[in-house]
Amino acid sequence: MAEPAPAGTAVPAELPGEVVRLRHPGRWVAVAVVVVLLAMLVNSLIRNPNFQWDVVFGYFLDASILDGLRNTILLTVVAMLVGLLLGIVLAVARDSDNPIVAGASALYIGFFRGTPLLVQLIFWFNLSALYPTLSLGVPFGPSFVEGNVNTLITPLIAAVLGLGLNEAAYMAEIVRAGLQSVDPGQTQAAQALGMTRRQVFRRIVLPQALRVIIPPTGNETIGMLKTTSLVSVISLPELLYASQIIYSRTYEVIPLLLTASIWYLILTTVLTIAQSFLERRLRRGDAQRGGGRPQGSRWRELLHGRRPPVAPPGEVPAAETVLGVGGRLG
Amino acid sequence: MSRQPMVLARGVRKSYGANEVVKGVDLDVRAGEVLCLLGPSGSGKSTFLRCINHLEKIDAGWISVDGELVGYRRHKGKLYELKDADIARRRSEIGMVFQQFNLFPHLSVLDNLMEAPLRVRREQPGPVRERSLALLERVGLADKAGAYPRQLSGGQQQRVAIARALAMQPKLMLFDEPTSALDPELVGEVLDVMRGLAADGMTMIVVTHEIGFAREVADTVAFLDGGVVLEQGPPDQVFSAAVHPRTKSFLARVL
Repeated sequence: MAEPAPAGTAVPAELPGEVVRLRHPGRWVAVAVVVVLLAMLVNSLIRNPNFQWDVVFGYFLDASILDGLRNTILLTVVAMLVGLLLGIVLAVARDSDNPIVAGASALYIGFFRGTPLLVQLIFWFNLSALYPTLSLGVPFGPSFVEGNVNTLITPLIAAVLGLGLNEAAYMAEIVRAGLQSVDPGQTQAAQALGMTRRQVFRRIVLPQALRVIIPPTGNETIGMLKTTSLVSVISLPELLYASQIIYSRTYEVIPLLLTASIWYLILTTVLTIAQSFLERRLRRGDAQRGGGRPQGSRWRELLHGRRPPVAPPGEVPAAETVLGVGGRLG
Repeated sequence: MSRQPMVLARGVRKSYGANEVVKGVDLDVRAGEVLCLLGPSGSGKSTFLRCINHLEKIDAGWISVDGELVGYRRHKGKLYELKDADIARRRSEIGMVFQQFNLFPHLSVLDNLMEAPLRVRREQPGPVRERSLALLERVGLADKAGAYPRQLSGGQQQRVAIARALAMQPKLMLFDEPTSALDPELVGEVLDVMRGLAADGMTMIVVTHEIGFAREVADTVAFLDGGVVLEQGPPDQVFSAAVHPRTKSFLARVL
């Protein structure tokens, strides 16, 4: 930069030091449109008495709503745990060398993804119609313990089975994609060091696969949180059903749906924040750590265009180094 | 320097489906010796190397390392494939360095070195840590212990990979084209480390295209083509007085 321009080029000897960025008037128009629409929305939210905000917030901390909230969180956590653990097993089985095991896993995934979750939930709830008793014993032989399916399958068990087993099918595909994203060279290097298959999986492959698995798992969890509302059809008092019980008595349908919606929004927001925190933690080991966008610069960027990246003189930006290495690896 | 055989290979064959890549290779490597495997790509040299620590299962013949068969057990005239844990134990005594380094990107440089001694050998962290730091010192990367692999250049990564293999105190080191993925100016630093290892008496089998390195460091070079050893002997003999026409034409292109 400091060198004088070589003779013979058309660059004028003296250039002003300042650069004027391109202005974006269209962006100001978009801002105006959005602001007007937002003002109209807020106005109607305040002026329209049918929203009955006093009712919405009157039930916000109601005991039955809070019980429903607890059930929703419990169902989400348990169903996701079942889904993740069974999903890992299914993913490993799906890529097994044993064709029967791989086929069984594919069949499971195909079946649970191929039928509606709502149907599966109702099916588990009515399992007693298919198998009135359940027993533990030798296959085709004597049984040791017998139980009545009607008492065994409570709405909670049916809900966990329905949500968890269904989620496992989706998680299996996510886990599988994660496992396949890990370079086979990693497995070979670990094996060459004398690690057993188990050690290679737990210490080398899975931790690297998690970086690919966790972001979509976060989305699945947020999805699951809302999907638990389906469980209202089998009379499990989670957040939605708890609201329905109240409005079937008071006919305040819209306010109570709003109460539930606000709670769902709060929970999904918390999950979204947790997800982005986790993803940042997982980025350890990347060379471009701390290379994120500086906070607060988005406004300037929006209205004045992107600022040129500033690199300290004499230093190569980290991202370029990474690309250099990655390019050769590829 | 002891002279007992470290690696013996007899009639080693390996196929991928109908495509036979290694077609009956016999090789001897004595303890403390450096063997360089040369040959055009697709000649089966890398595949043969990977058979030595059972990363590839051989279809016929056998390979022994320090008197033990790799991956198999001999019983009543038959070879029985070993269980995963037994194969792993034998592999742990053979270091391997890959073309693409294959460092563990989620672990720091020091943790890359310490992982196998801690998990495979279940050694105490203290001594392993000291040994690992000493190895990093030896490959000239003592200041990179806390770095992550992606923050290093290719040459540095490969030197870490060598140190990682040495952390298991192997009897034998296998190098699979260790400098082929490196920028030309980074090749020297890796070869320097390998030269030092050879001078210290490490038994090494090196698949390489670095003819200069082979000429200088190898005790024996073997020239492979089409899955068979066409020629082997001391480097001077093979390089200056190659008999086989394929060897001659290959050397004419690379020398």
